[in-house]
Amino acid sequence: MYEFFKNLDRRWVFLLMLLAVAVPILLEAKFPEKATGLATAVFTEVENLEAGAPVLLAFDFDPASEGELGPMATAFVRHCCEKKLRMYFLTLWPVGPRMVEDAVARVIKADFPELKYGDDWVNLGYKSGYEGVIKVIVTDLKQLYTTDHFGTSIGNIPMMEHIQSVQDFDLVINVSAGYAGTKEWVQYASTPFPNIRIVAGCTGVQAPLLYPYIPSQLPGLLGAIKGAAEYEKLVLDKYGANHPVRDADGNPVLDEDGNPVIPGKYLEGIRRMGPQMVAHILMIMLIIVGNVIYFVERSREGR
Amino acid sequence: MNRETTVWTVVFLLGAVLLAIRGVMVGGLFGTAYVKVDEREFVKVATDDGETLWVDAHDEDALDYDLTQAPESDRRRWTTAEQATPIEYQQAVADDPNQTQYRFSLSRTLGIWIAAFFTLAIFSFLYKDNPFYKVAESVVVGVSAAYWMVVGFWNVLVPNLFGMIEPRLVNTWAMPGLDSTENHWIFIVPLVFGIMLLMRLSPKGSWIARWPLAFFIGVFCGIRLLGFLHADFLSQIRNSVVSLYVTDGGGMDILWDSLRNLILVIGVLACLVYFFFSFEHKGMVGRTARLGIWFLMITFGAGFGFTVMGRIALLAIRLEFLFDDWLWLIDPTSKRLADVAGMLMPSLSIIT
Repeated sequence: MYEFFKNLDRRWVFLLMLLAVAVPILLEAKFPEKATGLATAVFTEVENLEAGAPVLLAFDFDPASEGELGPMATAFVRHCCEKKLRMYFLTLWPVGPRMVEDAVARVIKADFPELKYGDDWVNLGYKSGYEGVIKVIVTDLKQLYTTDHFGTSIGNIPMMEHIQSVQDFDLVINVSAGYAGTKEWVQYASTPFPNIRIVAGCTGVQAPLLYPYIPSQLPGLLGAIKGAAEYEKLVLDKYGANHPVRDADGNPVLDEDGNPVIPGKYLEGIRRMGPQMVAHILMIMLIIVGNVIYFVERSREGR
Repeated sequence: MNRETTVWTVVFLLGAVLLAIRGVMVGGLFGTAYVKVDEREFVKVATDDGETLWVDAHDEDALDYDLTQAPESDRRRWTTAEQATPIEYQQAVADDPNQTQYRFSLSRTLGIWIAAFFTLAIFSFLYKDNPFYKVAESVVVGVSAAYWMVVGFWNVLVPNLFGMIEPRLVNTWAMPGLDSTENHWIFIVPLVFGIMLLMRLSPKGSWIARWPLAFFIGVFCGIRLLGFLHADFLSQIRNSVVSLYVTDGGGMDILWDSLRNLILVIGVLACLVYFFFSFEHKGMVGRTARLGIWFLMITFGAGFGFTVMGRIALLAIRLEFLFDDWLWLIDPTSKRLADVAGMLMPSLSIIT
């Protein structure tokens, strides 16, 4: 057994990991979620806003991290829609506009068609310049954003009338996959201007780098898919029944217990925690096996 | 036929057979995409104050104007196509077999199949480096470079450079929404810098590119330095100065918050001592530095755990794409009719 594990081809490990992720997806395995303090802090920040409050949603990610951050973006947009907040989308990533459009199509156009572009939400699109953009718009947004994503003059968009800079937003929600992202928003927005409140959702790789900013510079943070699942749970607990799956006649579809069925798009984070759970168990087992082999080898060598 | 060719031939044949079986099970082609087509029409009208305005003919604002009088030259028509789900298409066809609003999209269907092929091609690297992986990798690099160039031109150069220097020209040529008419001649400076940067491509004049590069590095260093100094140095010192005995809250909250602050302060001090090399790490200093190593190791472990979680999430989304959009094995977002979707797999919801 020892020799077998010691000389195990790493491709068997790849295959095991593939199965550990694929099987729960195919079986649609789900596990219970309980919100931790950081997810609750993010939820509370959004929840405390009054209807009509302006919120900046900076979606700084691309398709490469959509699997991790897409569920967060969906949950954020839905929460803002349920709270009737005015949403201003922008991105510092070239592919970001597509991510904004996806979230808008998934949530606003599908479940909140009454929200009007220009009055309730606006897509300011992409601007290059990374932190340079943040540094400018924290004091003068219209210096850089003369038109929206579709080329409409900012002056013709009613909801832009009272917005002069990022300081006019009641909250900044940043979904970040790296540079430029949450770190830059903290460095150039919330730190020099403490009246700017920022909450964020980020990839797992970034999360440990952002924890030092909590709570004074960053009141709340959703770390990786786990954070997304927790936030989804909080949003669903409060607003889950508002937009259930409907049949062809427009009636809510009920599950076996008589509860309305929640659309799968609002459960992506929770759903993706199934494969996470199994894959993590496999990782832990592999680490234990690796350590056992190491110590056995060391004892055999008489060290 | 060498061994490698044999392996790939078998893999492709096996894949083709499995896809054919899946096609038989679904009862047709799977991995298809559909679109909802909308006809758009904008009409130029005259407002009461004599200005001209383009209005959406299907918008309620258009009711304020008499659009029937508008000549054909003042009308603009085009169609937009938005992604639709298979179930929307199937329901639309069931309601009206002659409808044309929901349509099968060949280009998007090909996109799904090409994406599936490239996903598998990238995965194949885990077995061994191979030509399929190299093709997929090269396509990603090429497409990304081209995309960045196009986005850079239309989102940066046009509005932020040309639009500032000559807004009227840009307004009529590319951005009708740009309502500024003022020439900002100062933007000729970045234009000149940009041209100087391009001199890097010239064999004799490449030294010219060093000047704008030096300027950019200097400016960038200044901006970054201030950002880090303020947010990561000064603010972090302030954040580390915390009360070791928390009096807010009550009961166990006081205990846990105090314990958390105590660990924070000890951790910061121990890690600082570890990076303090002016003294030999012996005695009390050595023991504190060792504690610092433990804190660092726990931090690295947490970072590794988060990274693993992120990578598994990326794998999960690609597999979801293969099983859902391509093979139609699962249907978590109820995109298809029940008799097509999820026909193989029972749902295992442990607790929802």
